[in-house]
Amino acid sequence: MTRIKSLDELKNKRDELKSALSLLDDPDNPDRKVQIKVAMATCGIASGARSIKDFLTAELSKRNIPSVVTQTGCMGYCYAEPTIEVKLPGREAVIFGYVDRIKADEIIEKYIKKGELTEGVIPRNYSTID
Amino acid sequence: MEKQITQQGQLRIALRNCGMLDPENIAESIARDAYQALGKVLKELSPQECINILKQSGLRGRGGAGFPTGLKWEIASKSQSDQKYVVCNADEGDPGAFMDRSILEGDPHSVLEAMAICGYCIGADKGLIYIRAEYPLAIKRLRIAIDQAMEDGLLGKNILGSGFNFEIKLRYGAGAFVCGEETALIHSMEGKRGEPTNKPPFPATSGFMKKPTNVNNVETFANIAPIILKGPDWFSSIGTKNSKGTKVFALAGKINNVGLIEVPMGTSLREIIYEIGGGIKEDKKFKAVQTGGPSGGCLTEKHLDTPIDYENLIEAGSMMGSGGMIVMDENDCMVSVAKFYLDFIVGESCGKCTPCRVGNKRLYEILEKITQGKGVMKDLEKLKNLSYIIKDTALCGLGQTSPNPVLSTLENFYDEYYEHVVEKKCRAGHCKNLFHYVINEELCVGCAACKRCCPVHAITGDKRMPHYIDSNICIRCGECIEKCSFDAISIQLEPKILV
Ligand SMILES: Cc1cc2nc3c(=O)[nH]c(=O)nc-3n(C[C@H](O)[C@H](O)[C@H](O)COP(=O)(O)O)c2cc1C
Repeated sequence: MTRIKSLDELKNKRDELKSALSLLDDPDNPDRKVQIKVAMATCGIASGARSIKDFLTAELSKRNIPSVVTQTGCMGYCYAEPTIEVKLPGREAVIFGYVDRIKADEIIEKYIKKGELTEGVIPRNYSTID
Repeated sequence: MEKQITQQGQLRIALRNCGMLDPENIAESIARDAYQALGKVLKELSPQECINILKQSGLRGRGGAGFPTGLKWEIASKSQSDQKYVVCNADEGDPGAFMDRSILEGDPHSVLEAMAICGYCIGADKGLIYIRAEYPLAIKRLRIAIDQAMEDGLLGKNILGSGFNFEIKLRYGAGAFVCGEETALIHSMEGKRGEPTNKPPFPATSGFMKKPTNVNNVETFANIAPIILKGPDWFSSIGTKNSKGTKVFALAGKINNVGLIEVPMGTSLREIIYEIGGGIKEDKKFKAVQTGGPSGGCLTEKHLDTPIDYENLIEAGSMMGSGGMIVMDENDCMVSVAKFYLDFIVGESCGKCTPCRVGNKRLYEILEKITQGKGVMKDLEKLKNLSYIIKDTALCGLGQTSPNPVLSTLENFYDEYYEHVVEKKCRAGHCKNLFHYVINEELCVGCAACKRCCPVHAITGDKRMPHYIDSNICIRCGECIEKCSFDAISIQLEPKILV
């Protein structure tokens, strides 16, 4: 990446990145994608999050679902690790807890393909500053 | 007292990006406003103006003592020197605490950015993060974050064309609790033994390499950028009169929703435990919450509705500490809890001053005696006196606060100490010499599951007849109570004598 040389450049860069993200999320965009975040702090990884991330990445591409799977830090739900957040284009993000392979498969088949909620949804119990 | 309790549950400021972005990809951080505050400070504010914003915001240190952050930066900025340092304290030594690790693993740029802002304000071009080597993932992500920020020109030379230079290096600790204390931390970074020294001089005048050094906690730093971007009035509108903003807590122990939470200052324990935390495990009875780690104390039922802030916690005989919150239920013995913390302290005392090295050991021995059922009433008095002596005479914050778990349990759970000493009973069923396992004849069906698993053959009884545990043989391992499918075995303070 090239050096960012001023605050204006930094602002432009932020706006570009932001709009790229919102394009991914736009249901009318032919290149929209399902965005999945896997909580991968030490605690998440220790409870198996890495293999869930690999599983999701492989299965979503096998099943031809345009998607990006990324890692994040701790989402705060240590009791329900591994946890993942699924964002279908244009929809509110949903957090699922206790995600093992069976659960992950169910989330792909039910929620991602058909939009039906499965068990294990964790209600978001906080507000943020943005 | 002014109450501004927002009944909204959690509000994430320090954790704003945790779980939201990939910490190993700076682009995702930039998309969520990382380094905007740094850019604004460098372009639009003088160091003093920025310090004034922090002073106005009311932000206080999240590492323990709650010292006003703006004031701390001001003192460091006024120290005259050719070289100054910004240090981030990522030692996080309290048992059960994982707030700082989570911030570093989930949003490292928030800390890097704030350290650079601090550098600009106090006139330092070097930052050091002191992190325990037991946090390998946090270290890896910090390294990646520093490299990416350097590459993008957000750290390093001439940041965002402002002419301001700032670089950040990591220093590793071996995980000693005392190295979280700032003078010991600085010595450890200098390659010396991790032992504390008397203050003054404070690090702000003579710290790392004898140069003025500003030490802040990870979470303190994580609060800086939003304050700059959203303004001090926004921040000071959250919280209580003297404690502004939010606090991150690591909820652990006998609670359903173990996890990382961030609530506005002034939130009550009841809200944290029963609403956010989902209540006590297995619907047992709440007994206490330990806050402040080995320097803190226990809060009890009578504190459930106290708004949590720095002052109220001190008044309740505990302290904010760094934010570990360990929830205990009726099966936790408070004398043993005090003993646990003293055991930790005895292992972690650096040994430099006598009150801490010897005094805490003696405290531990008295507690050990009491939990073995050998205590006498005089021991309770001794515990108290010795605690005050240690507090008054120890060299650093470790010893000055180490008796707190003893004093606070003595204050809030005197009857439990009394029972241990006088009645030789442990109502929680924790101290092995002070309770008995008893089989209820009405409930026992004589399946012999307990008899088969008992490692010392303390259980007798004929098939399909009520069984019996010989308390003199029983070693209180608890296997039988686990195995019994009929809830026939219980903890009793009196043994059952077979007639
Ligand atoms: C025994 C002892 C252990 C400490 N451990 C930590 C720690 O793990 N992390 C931390 O940030 N502060 C710790 N502190 C507090 C630091 O000395 C210092 O006050 C703090 O880093 C200042 O940062 P703040 O003003 O941002 O809170 C400890 C203090 C004592 C006495």
